[in-house]
Amino acid sequence: MYLIRRAEERLEQLFAQGEAYGSLHLCIGQEATVTGACAALRPDDYITCTYRGHGAALAKGSPVRGLMAELLGREAGLCRGRGGSMLLTDLSVGNLGASGIVGGAIPIAVGAALGAKISGSDQVALTFFGDGATNQGTFHESLNLAALWKLPVIFFCENNQYAEMTPVWKGTSIARLADRGCAYGIPGVVVDGNDVEAVYRVTAEAAARARAGQGPTLIEAVTYRLCGHMFGDPETYRPKAEVERWRARDPLLIGRQRLQERGVAEAEIRRLEAEVEAEVEEAVEFARKSPEPDPAEATRYVYVE
Amino acid sequence: MSTLNKATTRVLTYAQALNEALLEEMERDPKVVLLGEDIGEFGGLYSVTRGLLERFGPARVMDTPISEAGFVGAALGLALTGYRPVVEIMFVDFIFVCADQLFNHIAKARYTSGGQRKAPLVVRTQQGSAATGGKAAHHSQSLEAIFCHIPGWYVVAPYTPADAKGLLKAAIRDDNPVALLEHKALYFTRGPVPSGDYTVPIGRAAVVREGRDLTLVAYSRAVGLALTAADALSREGVSTEVVDLRTLKPLDIETVINSVRKTHRAVVAHEAARFCGFGAELTATIQQLAFDDLDGPVLRVGGLDAPVPYNRRLERAVLPQVGDVLAAASRLLKIRLAGSGA
Repeated sequence: MYLIRRAEERLEQLFAQGEAYGSLHLCIGQEATVTGACAALRPDDYITCTYRGHGAALAKGSPVRGLMAELLGREAGLCRGRGGSMLLTDLSVGNLGASGIVGGAIPIAVGAALGAKISGSDQVALTFFGDGATNQGTFHESLNLAALWKLPVIFFCENNQYAEMTPVWKGTSIARLADRGCAYGIPGVVVDGNDVEAVYRVTAEAAARARAGQGPTLIEAVTYRLCGHMFGDPETYRPKAEVERWRARDPLLIGRQRLQERGVAEAEIRRLEAEVEAEVEEAVEFARKSPEPDPAEATRYVYVE
Repeated sequence: MSTLNKATTRVLTYAQALNEALLEEMERDPKVVLLGEDIGEFGGLYSVTRGLLERFGPARVMDTPISEAGFVGAALGLALTGYRPVVEIMFVDFIFVCADQLFNHIAKARYTSGGQRKAPLVVRTQQGSAATGGKAAHHSQSLEAIFCHIPGWYVVAPYTPADAKGLLKAAIRDDNPVALLEHKALYFTRGPVPSGDYTVPIGRAAVVREGRDLTLVAYSRAVGLALTAADALSREGVSTEVVDLRTLKPLDIETVINSVRKTHRAVVAHEAARFCGFGAELTATIQQLAFDDLDGPVLRVGGLDAPVPYNRRLERAVLPQVGDVLAAASRLLKIRLAGSGA
């Protein structure tokens, strides 16, 4: 979680300096969702994720070097500088890819789960999406298909309270998004998305159900985006007091307290944090030294040659 | 396919030829799976998938709910994890409900991952006006230009049963997403189909009739218009060459240019609306590459800028007819032709 936080804070600086560019959607405040969920998966399980995907990419095991190089548009990036912040893919760790379209990657995970079912492998596919995506057609179509075919897929909704700038209640008539599972005969589970251990437990349970052939689960992880929707978001749509309330429940604070309660010394925590900080700095330097793609290769990778 | 030996061919319908392609490829490669609406028990609206559920079982021939965005996206997930799905979209008009998956996700899967991903899948769909007419605005469109415009798709549009079979087999074996645009009015047309395993290479046009005075370039059902027009022109002493593109992307421009260099005149014909249609790209390319060889402008024949109407007389007015091809030919050849309206 600290790696994700640190990497994103660093990315925010790089963006402000113009070294990273385009759009930047940070998941600061939501680190426990992706961390807990991916920890409950096996390396050969699949994920798909969203344009707010730096955290998911790192949580599934992508190197921070590859992330930094991608956001600096370098050939050494996860996607050779062709995808950028919103389209992170890393097949080597089972990340089938992010989507820049809300709800766009949900059916792709259904397909990966379908493949696992056909081949009889016990792999699971987990798809991350936000609260806003539960109003998209692909969400409903995917839940229906997965329920119909009893697929080993986990629908993981990161309810961060806002669909871009619109609060959940303005876009949805029900209080609990997990309730949408019942329309398809899929169990819907609500979990504290800022409690990494709780997230781990519900995801592990969903994965076990999926591997046992019992079909999909819809998880609603209730969390909060402590940063704006994107870099430069004036955040005029939410009260400061609300942000402060959630800041007190920062998943990193909660995690740190847990470690302390369990007797991990402050010095040890600081040592681990310093390691992460050094790793992130090293990755930034690596990215900066990496070559940019050759413009003569601008059309390479459109097709399999 | 003019060199086919009669002893090694059978006469099949376009639908039967496609069915054979699916059957043979599913036999050859267990990773080939089919998804679509009513393709299993019902055998497909035009019988292209008939008998395949019985032969390969429900794990490989999957009837889906009417949920195109869901199952087209699922096909991408299958393709990314080692399968070779062939998805049927019942009518091309339905691509707009799954356009995000087709054009934002499938088309860009390889590029945006810097070459990590490949999406070896085929979207089979059918387009155009029905043989009987009357399918109206939501079941008669020709939308090849949309697939061609978005980088990432290969696009094939066969006219003959033999090409339909060979191109579908090639499409299934290709590592890129391929849109196979069948034509609903061609399913029950017949033609010789070679026996045994063969493919028709993607990206290769065919000169289906040789001539000296004029080149007609077409694909899909419009090849029929071109061949009929060529017959009429030959009765007037005009020798017409007909090029069936077969594949629109990647475009075999070389075969087209070679023909135009010989005849010095070209007419491009398709059923889709002319404005911003595939013919616009083709015409511009011919004129750029062969300007000095041309005796006149490359002319385009296509549909009017209107939805396809229900009424048969209106539908005929909107869609190109043989007379339109003849009118363009007579303008280029500076001759008067019976039936051309010129």
